[in-house]
Amino acid sequence: MRIELEKRAKVSALFSILSPFIAFALTIVFGGIMFALLGKNPVAALYSFFVEPLSEVWSLHELAIKAAPLILIGVGLSVCFRSNNWNIGAEGQFIMGAIAGSILPVVFYDWQSPLVLPLMLVLGMIGGALFAAIPAFLKAHMNTNEILTSLMLVYVAQLFLDWLVRGPWRNPQGMNFPETRTFGADAILPEMIASGRTHWGFAFAIIAALAVWFMMRYTLRGFEITVLGQSERAGRFAGFSSRKMIWFSMLFSGALAGLAGISEVSGAIQQLRPVISPGYGFTAIIVAFLGRLNPLGIIAAGLVLALTYLGGEAAQLSIGVSDKVTRVFQGLLLFFVLSCDTLIHYRIRLVRERFAALKADEAH
Amino acid sequence: MPVKGQIASGRLLAVSNLTKLFGSFAACNAINLQIESGEIHALLGENGAGKSTLVKMLFGVLAPTAGEISWMGDNVRITSPGEARKLGIGMVFQHFSLFEALTVAENIALSMDRSISLARVAEEASRLSRVYGLPLDPNAHVADLSVGERQRIEIVRALLQNPQLIILDEPTSVLTPQEADRLFETLLKLKAEGRSVLYISHRLEEVQRLCDRATVLRHGKVTGACDPRAETPASLARMMVGNDVAVVTPEGTNTKGDVQLEARHLSVAARTPFAVSLKDVSLKVRAGEVLAIAGVAGNGQSELFDALSGEYPVSDDNAVQIRQKPVGTRNINARRLMGAGFVPEERHGHAAVSSLSLSDNLVLARNQSDRRVFLGGGFLKIIRQGAIKAAAKRISEAMDVRKSGEDPPAGSLSGGNLQKFIVGRELDRQPAVLVVNQPTWGVDAGAASRIRQALVDLAKAGSAVLVISQDLDEIFEVATEIAVISEGRLSDPYPARELSREKIGLLMGGMHGKTEGAGAEHAH
Ligand SMILES: Nc1ncnc2c1ncn2[C@@H]1O[C@H](COP(=O)(O)OP(=O)(O)OP(=O)(O)O)[C@@H](O)[C@H]1O
Ligand SMILES: [Mg+2]
Repeated sequence: MRIELEKRAKVSALFSILSPFIAFALTIVFGGIMFALLGKNPVAALYSFFVEPLSEVWSLHELAIKAAPLILIGVGLSVCFRSNNWNIGAEGQFIMGAIAGSILPVVFYDWQSPLVLPLMLVLGMIGGALFAAIPAFLKAHMNTNEILTSLMLVYVAQLFLDWLVRGPWRNPQGMNFPETRTFGADAILPEMIASGRTHWGFAFAIIAALAVWFMMRYTLRGFEITVLGQSERAGRFAGFSSRKMIWFSMLFSGALAGLAGISEVSGAIQQLRPVISPGYGFTAIIVAFLGRLNPLGIIAAGLVLALTYLGGEAAQLSIGVSDKVTRVFQGLLLFFVLSCDTLIHYRIRLVRERFAALKADEAH
Repeated sequence: MPVKGQIASGRLLAVSNLTKLFGSFAACNAINLQIESGEIHALLGENGAGKSTLVKMLFGVLAPTAGEISWMGDNVRITSPGEARKLGIGMVFQHFSLFEALTVAENIALSMDRSISLARVAEEASRLSRVYGLPLDPNAHVADLSVGERQRIEIVRALLQNPQLIILDEPTSVLTPQEADRLFETLLKLKAEGRSVLYISHRLEEVQRLCDRATVLRHGKVTGACDPRAETPASLARMMVGNDVAVVTPEGTNTKGDVQLEARHLSVAARTPFAVSLKDVSLKVRAGEVLAIAGVAGNGQSELFDALSGEYPVSDDNAVQIRQKPVGTRNINARRLMGAGFVPEERHGHAAVSSLSLSDNLVLARNQSDRRVFLGGGFLKIIRQGAIKAAAKRISEAMDVRKSGEDPPAGSLSGGNLQKFIVGRELDRQPAVLVVNQPTWGVDAGAASRIRQALVDLAKAGSAVLVISQDLDEIFEVATEIAVISEGRLSDPYPARELSREKIGLLMGGMHGKTEGAGAEHAH
């Protein structure tokens, strides 16, 4: 017996909706198997991974804090991916946004004014966008593959941050720890609700998602993104420029990643350290696809992936497995999302060899 | 090896009550059809009659909603192209399915059993292509090949499976007359071997030349069967359309106005290694004129279209002029805003995006020229769905576009119906200048005459119309002036009345008379 993929005559509407759910279910099943192989009770382990973090108010706040950058970046990436531009370097743009936004509280720490925070956010967006401008320029004018350039620039950003916090920006009163000074009160993104730590970054994420949803659904710009993603030639006929779209989508997603970076630093960490992200920029790629590149779907997917971070921390404490399981779950999820998408375009068929062989004999 | 196909009755395929519903719309409605061994059978019908849908069911691409297919006397269910191939059915689709980056042999191997080596596929393919007179180089890359050569790959690919029945869906709509002649020789050879051919075409002359029997479809039903040789093109067309096809009434009393579209010494270097460069092309179209550009495909037609439309602007602003203003460096929307409209040759992925609805495809061409009506919300540029849907409806009605549903995706329309929509999309604006590349390929006789009449009427109403076409009948029906393009050079224009087919033939061969003068010997 053998399995064959057969192209559907029409895209399956059912599986377009079902595929993320099937992927999530398969992830749970394989996660359970993994826990069993590690010698843990799979049900208890899955419970402490996926359910426990949702049972307390403070951990719901943690969920929102982790979801905020994922959604913000994921929404920007959806614009890129829909227009056929493959920005894989959001992690680097996140870091550069955080660095650019931190110029005020770290270098000009004396300056106190209500303007500091808004300026920091703007600088964060500019920083992320400028860093994304590098692969955009290379693609638009040198025909370089943006997947490679944007990815490699992540390492540049990480090492640059590392150098900054160990060198020029190290806190002079910090006993030689590789950290900047902690931000002043004016430079801190405040909490949104009284009950916990959730800062305004979460609101930014939701607003960005709604705005992009509106753009994609109702405006000419959204139409342009869709058309250029489907056919460059038809886009040219419509008078749209794919070169301008490279710039727009890369700068836009870079700016949102930068905003996520400065929000995270200013709202959650409140200083720069050698590592400020547990891979948000990469995880957001999974978020974008799990959300079907639809901004509303991305809100939901961002919450799911945020849960894998919390679950990893919880599982480390309560059942004593490494927090690397977070990465495993994220990897499983991406793998299953992409493979379940096959079902949208293909039908799976079991072919019985014996029967086929018989038929072949008959033909001779 | 006894071939199972040699059966006494001679009946190869019989279809009874075959029906295909898309939603509640019957694309094929209780079709009955028989194909005998060794015949070339024509399937005729206007755009959207259900021809492609019917043959897709025979080839296992679409599942029938009801009805039966019997193959060599046995009832069969064909659920995939693989199964159809195993039975002995081969197909060449209306739109090709080849990978441009792969070689001819690799493309062929993709549809074969994986156990066969590439070398054997290549060997077998070149043997077949020799036997059937379809020259092919198995190691050539598809991207480098002309449309005719690509089609040969599809045919050889179908032949490799040793089929008893070969289905061809509009094979000649993209071929030059010479390529078409060669295809007919191949088909007659296949027939002589006792194989059958199911042949879909809108060109009634070639159906008469080639086919033994014809079945006519209209609105998804069989409306008649005949011996095409006993009919005239006019009577065949009547069977298809249900009434007489209107004869295009040309020019008459066109009053010629100012020059509206002009190219001045337009030279464009080839953009890709497979493109043709334009060499010093000059032309003028006045209001009230239809200038037709004849020529064999691949002689610079699409490059000329790109330069005139502004999809690829040129460096010399004066080289292209619309309504006597230089626009060479302006983009397509700037030219549309000056009153020009454009209809490219390729429907899917150029003039239209298949996955988007018709109304979205209207926005595609008119998002700037009609922005006052179609866009709202100031700088947000919100698309006004209501206004656009109404306009799409108006266009569909004016052009008699047959579709399933109010606003279906462009890809679900039959080829000819999509073409009607794309032409109608521009006519609806009453453009002062219209540039059309191959206005009626794949369009049935009735619709083609409607499109041609619309072009003639547009010129009469005072617009300048430029038609690029390979079809000489079409050119003589619509043109007031004719010029010929060959290897990127354009001949001088001649009044249509003064030009004979022979003269055009000579010009196509590159003998540009006075324009090239002493250079004429280059051509040989
Ligand atoms: N996938 C689909 N979904 C909905 N409607 C469809 C689909 N495919 C075809 N149709 C409709 O079925 C009808 C018949 O289409 P078909 O492609 O068979 O026409 P055709 O006879 O081949 O026309 P043409 O000569 O223009 O190629 C058309 O009205 C078309 O809109
Ligand atoms: Mg068809």
